Amino acid sequence: MLKRIVVEGLSKDFTLHLQGGQEMSILSKIDMQVDAGECVVIHAPSGAGKSTLLRCLYANYRASSGSVNIWHEGNWVDVQSAPAQQVLAVRHSTLGFVTQFLRVIPRISTLDLVAEPLLMRGVEKQAAYEQAEELLSRLRIPQRLWQIPPATFSGGEQQRVNIARTMICDYPILLLDEPTASLDEANRATVIDMINGARERGAAVVGIFHDEAVRQALATRIFSIPAAVSLVAA
Amino acid sequence: MIMEMESMEAQEYQETTVQAAPARAEPEAGYNFAYLDEQTKRMIRRAILKAVAIPGYQVPFGGREMPLPYGWGTGGIQVTAAIIGQDDVLKVIDQGSDDTTNAVNIRRFFRRTTGVATTEKTTAATVIQTRHRIPETPLAEGQIMVYQVPIPEPLRWLEPSETETRKYHAMADYGLMSVKLYEDIARLGKIETAYDYPVIVNERYLMRPSPIPKFDNPKMDKNPALQLFGAGREKRIYAVPPYTPVKSLDFEDYPFEIEHWDHRCAMCDANDSFLDEVIVDDQGSRMYVCSDTDYCRSRREEQT
Amino acid sequence: MSSINMNNTPPLLQARNVSKFYGGKTACEQVNLSLYPGEVLGIVGESGSGKSTLLNCLAGQLQPEQGEVLFNTRDEGIVDLFTISEARRRLLARTDWGFVHQSARDGLRVEVSAGANVGERLMAVGARHYGQIRAEAQDWLHRVEIDANRIDDLPRDFSGGMQQRLQIARNLVTKPRLIFMDEPTASLDVSVQARLLDLLRQLVSQLQVAAVIVTHDLAVARLLAHRLMVMRQGQVVEEGLTDQVLDDPQHPYTQLLVSSVLQA
Repeated sequence: MLKRIVVEGLSKDFTLHLQGGQEMSILSKIDMQVDAGECVVIHAPSGAGKSTLLRCLYANYRASSGSVNIWHEGNWVDVQSAPAQQVLAVRHSTLGFVTQFLRVIPRISTLDLVAEPLLMRGVEKQAAYEQAEELLSRLRIPQRLWQIPPATFSGGEQQRVNIARTMICDYPILLLDEPTASLDEANRATVIDMINGARERGAAVVGIFHDEAVRQALATRIFSIPAAVSLVAA
Repeated sequence: MIMEMESMEAQEYQETTVQAAPARAEPEAGYNFAYLDEQTKRMIRRAILKAVAIPGYQVPFGGREMPLPYGWGTGGIQVTAAIIGQDDVLKVIDQGSDDTTNAVNIRRFFRRTTGVATTEKTTAATVIQTRHRIPETPLAEGQIMVYQVPIPEPLRWLEPSETETRKYHAMADYGLMSVKLYEDIARLGKIETAYDYPVIVNERYLMRPSPIPKFDNPKMDKNPALQLFGAGREKRIYAVPPYTPVKSLDFEDYPFEIEHWDHRCAMCDANDSFLDEVIVDDQGSRMYVCSDTDYCRSRREEQT
Repeated sequence: MSSINMNNTPPLLQARNVSKFYGGKTACEQVNLSLYPGEVLGIVGESGSGKSTLLNCLAGQLQPEQGEVLFNTRDEGIVDLFTISEARRRLLARTDWGFVHQSARDGLRVEVSAGANVGERLMAVGARHYGQIRAEAQDWLHRVEIDANRIDDLPRDFSGGMQQRLQIARNLVTKPRLIFMDEPTASLDVSVQARLLDLLRQLVSQLQVAAVIVTHDLAVARLLAHRLMVMRQGQVVEEGLTDQVLDDPQHPYTQLLVSSVLQA
């Protein structure tokens, strides 16, 4: 079976209590399906809910209605209604998410940050760090930066660390939010290779890419979000 | 007590300081037998029964105002007063000796208020009240030791709250005592406590044996005599019934050890008793003698 | 963060309709929660929200007026914390769980050495070999990044951060399966907080210990907790995965809380 993500009737509204209870409907009854080996690019005008949709897939945002079903270890799990512990289990081994910005943890070095997901999965320390180094090299993060926490890095460097941290594991499903936005030509090309590589290994990929050329290089399919009710930044 | 002494007849004074009186006498008029009223004695006996029923457990009791200040043995005196009978023979020692001021005064107190026979011989006594020592001569079944106790609570050093220490005892939560021993070893390389060394009674309660030297701790273990402990200021009584196990706290790798001397008693040549160090002249020369005067004298009598 | 073991194991800790009142005032009301082995639950709220009261009820230190707190012990199955004897509760508090106080002075014995502080619980449950107790204390000091040579120093000679780390070591030495923490970093300087949080994160992950952490600091919650409960005036107004609650707050109070955090 190839289906990896099945979204049914997904709606997301926001109620801004601090702005007098203003309500915004960002997503309305979305259906979507993603198979293994696909790279679905979410395409919509700015503010139409691309990030919102991605975050609903990750269960970072809670849907107002509908379901997000993820194929996890031989079962379908609706991450929008599953118990917290189960969602965490899905995120641990099935669902990877490269966020737009790196969340920095003080005192943790770049190398530790990238190796951590492997260590969490029980990979032996030496092997984990070797893989981390390999990935960082591939993404052209200079060795002198490996022992430093990434808080002081440039936007592009931080983004590459972020990518490394998620892609070091072989997630069956990858969600990517503008992973190449701050990268130069060479690094962009590397990341495109990495994503294509994951897809070829059987991963299902869903991504938001600002750049037309990147979309061309990666997309097997474009998914357009139907027009939103209110055009306010999601 | 001291003021009362001054008004005494010379003969009686001599009689009780130099030698114990072997025969019964008429108690002084105007006092109940053993000074305390009967109800008080019964109350103390009830406390003693409870204490005996739970070895090592501190039983609160309604301590009375005694004709001595706190710190002079009022607890021990009340226990003795509650148990002493007309046919008893009383021995009183202080630091092992029958003839120090305290021992003399307490012995006299009981002589005056009960008329019971008193003795200095450990083997002849039925009741022995003591401050700070256990006699060297082994005790026998039927004898009663009464210890004078200043602070009954072994955990008081680290836990000032009475409610908390009671909970520790109730739950046998004695980690705190081990902490003290640990600290000693960490700081000094060995367990520094030399007297009033904490023990576990009947494998259950943590107890302070009163300020006897640790040398005497092994004597408490499975002793055929009944051991009673009275704290007057804190108003607690506890007991170790005959043949009860009493174990001194230690660590497996720092086991409990008693004191040893390189000397023998200068008077009786004993090498197995607790020795006092006595300075004999202005040049600082010293000699070592048995702290237990009765033991020392018996040995000397045997040798002649 | 580490994965949570949820394979048909019962919850480690469960609160059912826990309510605590002080006279006419409600400290917390009808609180329900389940905590699984290895899971970290954050309870956030401002002062007066009832979070510390709830924590004390969960830790068996305050008896709620209503409801029950159930704990899955190592050897005796599930017990209701407030129907077992105080003796048993105190024993469990020494062996099965730990409590890290906001102020290290409340959680340490300040008159005894660091080594004695760490070794005390071992001695309380019967450890009787001085050398082994000391070795284990040294090992724990090392794990909380305190120089093991300071084992004989008194806590008053330690900095605030070190005292807090010592408190953590003291609690973890009996390998509890659950740790309660009441504002563990609140009394520390910011730079010191980072180090402590890092340590907590590592220890929780390595030891697979569950934790309930009360904090008013959302950044601490984000870093350490898998799940969050938001409390306001004794009520739980929102709960969910940490990132859900902080990135997609639903309740007006949660939205207020999240938007109030200043970004440096």
